[in-house]
Amino acid sequence: MSTTYLEAIRQGLWEEMERDPNVFLLGEDIGVYGGAFKVTAGFFEHFGEKRVVDTPISEAAIIGASIGAGLMGLRPVAEMQFADFISCGFDQIVNFAAKCRYRWGASVPMVVRAPSGGGIHGGPYHSQNPEMWFVRTPGLKVVAPATAYDAKGLIKSAIRDNDPVIYFEHKGLYRRIKEDLPAGDYTVPIGQAKVVREGRDLSIITYGAMVWVALDAADTLAEEGASVEVVDLRTLLPLDRETVCASVKKTAKALLLHEDTRTGGMAGELAASISESVFEYLDAPILRVTAPDTPVPYSPPLEDAFLPNAQKVIEKARWLVRY
Amino acid sequence: MSAIRALGPFPGDRAGGEAELAHTCLYYMALMRELEDRIERKLYRQGKIVGGVYVGRGQEAIPVGTALVAGEDDVLLPAHRDMAAFLIRGIPARRILAQYMGRVDGPTHGREGNMHMGDMKLKLVSIISALAATVPVAAGCALALRYQGKSGVAFSYFGDGATSRGDWHEGVNFASVQKLPVVFICNNNQYAYSTPLSAQMACANVADRGPAYNMPAEIVDGNDVFAVHEATVRAAAHARAGLGPYLLECKTFRMTGHSAHDAAHYVPTGMFDEWGKLDPITRCEARMLEKGWASADEFEPLRAAVRQEVDDAVAWAEKSPYPDPATLLDDVYERRE
Repeated sequence: MSTTYLEAIRQGLWEEMERDPNVFLLGEDIGVYGGAFKVTAGFFEHFGEKRVVDTPISEAAIIGASIGAGLMGLRPVAEMQFADFISCGFDQIVNFAAKCRYRWGASVPMVVRAPSGGGIHGGPYHSQNPEMWFVRTPGLKVVAPATAYDAKGLIKSAIRDNDPVIYFEHKGLYRRIKEDLPAGDYTVPIGQAKVVREGRDLSIITYGAMVWVALDAADTLAEEGASVEVVDLRTLLPLDRETVCASVKKTAKALLLHEDTRTGGMAGELAASISESVFEYLDAPILRVTAPDTPVPYSPPLEDAFLPNAQKVIEKARWLVRY
Repeated sequence: MSAIRALGPFPGDRAGGEAELAHTCLYYMALMRELEDRIERKLYRQGKIVGGVYVGRGQEAIPVGTALVAGEDDVLLPAHRDMAAFLIRGIPARRILAQYMGRVDGPTHGREGNMHMGDMKLKLVSIISALAATVPVAAGCALALRYQGKSGVAFSYFGDGATSRGDWHEGVNFASVQKLPVVFICNNNQYAYSTPLSAQMACANVADRGPAYNMPAEIVDGNDVFAVHEATVRAAAHARAGLGPYLLECKTFRMTGHSAHDAAHYVPTGMFDEWGKLDPITRCEARMLEKGWASADEFEPLRAAVRQEVDDAVAWAEKSPYPDPATLLDDVYERRE
């Protein structure tokens, strides 16, 4: 039976809660109501109020309390209703959770789930991709699954990890994609990118919902005779530079794609890493397709213009293939 | 030797416990005073402390009176003027000195300075520099204690300034809504760096914030170690009974600048003299004499023993090496073999 991205997250959470009594959930409207996106629907009825904690609207308290519980040996999974609101608990994440092990040798097993991304006409406060706020914070792990398989495997790995993990789940993928998942328990290791489409002429390196944009573009480009490789980062921190550089070494051309805005985005770090490691293999400049440096607009024509799409990727890719 | 093991959780409850408790309180207050005097007035000026110094001179009764109530299941989240809480919980003076000097034998092995240390084996959580941020963390520790079916309480320490922060209110509110076992311990020393209370909050007392959270809040003479201890026993019993958090506002005065580089010229003339008369160590000694728990000739030998203990600790810490720069990249993440 095919499983949606949202159902895959649910399954991962459910199975981990069944497996380990130290795993519990906390967040706004996640219990009785089942969560704004219904990711945790049915959990409260099954696991009870002790393990599914409805909190006040207090992101700093949700994340701070998760850290405290994690220090005490529990494995909290905090839900941010929207990734955009994670800024309200930012200090707890970057100044405390991220630094506990290095500062004083304390483990903070904790997952913060952050529903992110645009394309749902959510406007400036319900559409952002704030992953880079965290990617430049040593001590955190940051994952951003693109597939149902990875969504389930990575939520399990995140819960079992003894370091704090920010788990970006793309709202636009929740019910849009599905696939058959293995029956038994499996995990996807944190820190490993994956080549999701093999190719010879060009590497598109991306993550999250943009993996699907890259694959769409690759299909069209294949019809034109261009063989495109697509690398899904899956984990943004620690970054799997080896897989990225190996792909670029093979294809000699890199197109970096993300839904996040341009300046200070992941593409810049990838470009620097590629340049440092495999510059002599490059046959063309490294190009980027990203959102522009603006807030995420609400109205459909504006948001469509803001978001990267297959057409924008195809145009840059054609130029690179011809170069 | 760990003081927790040495004393047991409730020294005041034992037969003849009052006199013994008084001696214990006096010892830890004297040790904290001597240790911090040495750090601020000698080692810092000699350039041996590599970073900032923030002491709790005049506030010793608060960490001593509270931390001595904590048992093994209880979790402490001390702030930067609560040196005695670390000592009572079992971090020896020599390792604290090594920490201040940036040496490898400090509890954080040179990764952190001054009071920024902790050890979950001692149920001692490291402070967050933006102090109010520890309040939600304390709530989470308390949530975990209840989740694990333990009778422990979280002791959450902060100053008056922290209560202006949003995460202080978020943490207190969450603890109240969830009826979590937390004792909130405010050292109201009337200044947050140079900002006086009148510029910090519009209410007269930090305790006035309690009713908004349906939380009992008590004003305590923060310079009377016995009053602090008694109030903490009351507060911890309330929290332990599942009745929710309890706020202790310990009124005191910071008998120093914010830090070793701050001469505190902004403090009105006379305040140091006025509060100096309420010194918690002097008052503790007076009470002990009055109650017949000690004789006057016992105090000088105690002070001499404490000076010797700190001398030895300084010598030990100075022998500790600096950390190896090759360890710079270690422990950002859990080590996996």
